[in-house]
Amino acid sequence: MSVEAAHDAHGHHPVQYHQFEDMEQQNETYIVGMWSFLVTEIMFFGGLFLAYSIFRMNNQAIFTEAGHRYLEVDKGAFNTVVLLTSSLSMAMCVYYAQKADRVKQLLCLGFTLLCSFVFLGVKAMEWSKEFAEHHLPGANFAYVSDAHLSTAKAQIFFCLYFAMTGLHAIHVIVGILLMVVLGVLIAARRPGVKYYMPVEMFGLYWHFVDIVWIFLFPLFYLIPGKR
Amino acid sequence: MSAEAIPPGIVLERESASRPNYLNWSHSVKDWLLTTDHKRIAILYLVSITIMFGLGGIAAMAIRAELTSPHGHLMESDTYNKMFTMHGVVMIFFFLVPSIPATLGNFLLPLMLGARDLAFPRLNLLSWYLFTLGGVIALGAMICGGVDTGWTFYTPYSSIYSNSNVAVTLVGLFIAGFSSIVTGINFIATIHKMRAPGLTWTRLPLFIWAHYATSIIIVLGTPVVAVTLGLVLVERTLHIGIFDPAIGGDPILFQHMFWFYSHPAVYIMILPAMGVINEVLACFCRKRIFGYTFVCGSTLAIAVFGFMVWGHHMFVTGQSLYTGMIFSALSFIVAVPSAIKVFNWTATIYKGEVWFSAPMIYCLGFIGLFTIGGLTGLYCSSLSVDVHINMTYFVVAHFHYVMVGGATLGYLAGLHFWWPKMTGRMYPEGWAKVAAGLAFVGFNLTFFPQFILGYLGMPRRYHYYPAEFQIWHVLSTAGSSVLALGYAIPLVYFLWSLKYGEKAGPNPWGAAGLEWTVASPPTQFNFDELPVVTWEAYNYDVPHENAIVDHSKNVLPDAEGASHSAH
Repeated sequence: MSVEAAHDAHGHHPVQYHQFEDMEQQNETYIVGMWSFLVTEIMFFGGLFLAYSIFRMNNQAIFTEAGHRYLEVDKGAFNTVVLLTSSLSMAMCVYYAQKADRVKQLLCLGFTLLCSFVFLGVKAMEWSKEFAEHHLPGANFAYVSDAHLSTAKAQIFFCLYFAMTGLHAIHVIVGILLMVVLGVLIAARRPGVKYYMPVEMFGLYWHFVDIVWIFLFPLFYLIPGKR
Repeated sequence: MSAEAIPPGIVLERESASRPNYLNWSHSVKDWLLTTDHKRIAILYLVSITIMFGLGGIAAMAIRAELTSPHGHLMESDTYNKMFTMHGVVMIFFFLVPSIPATLGNFLLPLMLGARDLAFPRLNLLSWYLFTLGGVIALGAMICGGVDTGWTFYTPYSSIYSNSNVAVTLVGLFIAGFSSIVTGINFIATIHKMRAPGLTWTRLPLFIWAHYATSIIIVLGTPVVAVTLGLVLVERTLHIGIFDPAIGGDPILFQHMFWFYSHPAVYIMILPAMGVINEVLACFCRKRIFGYTFVCGSTLAIAVFGFMVWGHHMFVTGQSLYTGMIFSALSFIVAVPSAIKVFNWTATIYKGEVWFSAPMIYCLGFIGLFTIGGLTGLYCSSLSVDVHINMTYFVVAHFHYVMVGGATLGYLAGLHFWWPKMTGRMYPEGWAKVAAGLAFVGFNLTFFPQFILGYLGMPRRYHYYPAEFQIWHVLSTAGSSVLALGYAIPLVYFLWSLKYGEKAGPNPWGAAGLEWTVASPPTQFNFDELPVVTWEAYNYDVPHENAIVDHSKNVLPDAEGASHSAH
């Protein structure tokens, strides 16, 4: 935009937009905007978490059985470690962005990207197992209960499982796309990402995606029901 | 966005007619469709929602025409269902929710805050594109077959049984929802961080406070309805669903999640209108708003309590009596901040220098109609009364008093009030008064009979009814024609005024507020020098023509001067 060019010519920071007075105001505004966006994301997942809580409360036995018998807790735990590690590397990426260390920044971003692919890969393995065992809700849904529980609500468990982990996976995929774009821009030394703010904002998003999984993992894989 | 269009350093005479403003600095279609100027985006929104309002209005007139006869001569039941669905969906999601925030709010927020633009101008443009895309998709679904679920999309009818274009409409609404989320985030960041030096929270115009509260509701509520409608969509298309009772799902859960947004959405529609009323009332009573801090507090209280009352839409769905009692009590509590506002407005008028201009007449209409709408809301939130009037025309009349009598009259009041600022032209005052009067009379004639109909037991969404109800329906339809005229006249004279209207100076009303210190229409970057605010809002105690800012130095906003001036 030529307005930015005009600012640039007059000694402003090259990435300061025309509506802001100085970089401090711009940074603070970005942070407020990003956190507001994350609030909308929390509410977006919140609807699903509410639904899960209600169905879980009313159907403890079948939810516990379906989670413990048909979801693989070791894969879930592995994925938790992977995502937590990716959050660490993302935090380091933000640190190096603030230090303007381009190479280390790219390395950290690359490692985060790798972790996100590993996460999706493991998730795909889990899902394909569920497909094979006819746990995808719909006409072909089938469920065998060990404890001779009523299986009427088992389908709801898998509806919620696919909806919530699916929505989470969509967020991971969006994160991957953003990481690729950021990485290319940083590698190409584009002026827009010379400053640390875009990386910091993406970092906030990535930590949010991580935290959602921190809640999803115990809810589906771990917590025991009332016996 | 080209700074080169304005050569820097040239000082023009006081005669500002030749200064390029946001409307005429460029004329290409590309500059309009890719603009990031909040004022141009407001105009884009204004055009879009006017079209939507027209379409929703046509559907409303079709409904009213059908209801003149107890036997439904005009259309099939199926067509009638699609008509009232179209009316509801278009009017709520594509007119009322974006009406004031996306047009007047977009236009005025930076001007009132003393900023060059909103915090995120490109997101602002994205919001308009999302709105347009969602609107085109939803309208397309309605034209190619229609939707018959009503605007509430209750499951399991919407998710399993309806044979109409529910899925495509939901996609449209989902996208449009994100347009309002983006606007909400933008407004919050702007109000927090883009205020001019000296413009503290307690000096903000109440219009800004209203938009702040609205944005909070949008940010907290809209994602929930988005995910809820998304779940209905997934249930309809992929059969992954938690609302389907056949696989153990809970259709009532849909209603909880839907009303968790859709009740606060009522406040998304009415709070900005209340903000407009504060500005217009203070100006035309020449007084500070009575009890400024209480109005701020009541605005936030409405936003907070608005999230705790959704259950009053579900008194007859079999929720427990105690749940019902709590929701009923909380709904009564919401009436308190609303009443505070009405008391403060009347106290503002008291001993004011009242000037009965057209915006003021709309304003007074708003106060009366909103009071009726609000008080009948108390009928609806009383458990035992609601059992009788639930799903009747009483409820229809109640929320039209709030939404049409309140939000739409507030929107028109604001549009008239700021029209000189937006276009630089005055509208014809005489015609505007006629239109305001027609809207008020037509509105009451349309909806007051519906209170009586509802009390007598006429259910909503039916188009066959016992013959003794006909007289009330005919009265209502007659009123709707008057109301339609009251809306059509402003459309004509606003368009007329663009070319033939008298030129408006920077401050035709002698109003306080930063937006009146800049030229009409404002220049591309709003302020020649960013203002430093040393006065309270609504300082009508001081002589208002030159009290706020000296207009004598009309320096052009070259990028350098504008960005350095505030320090």
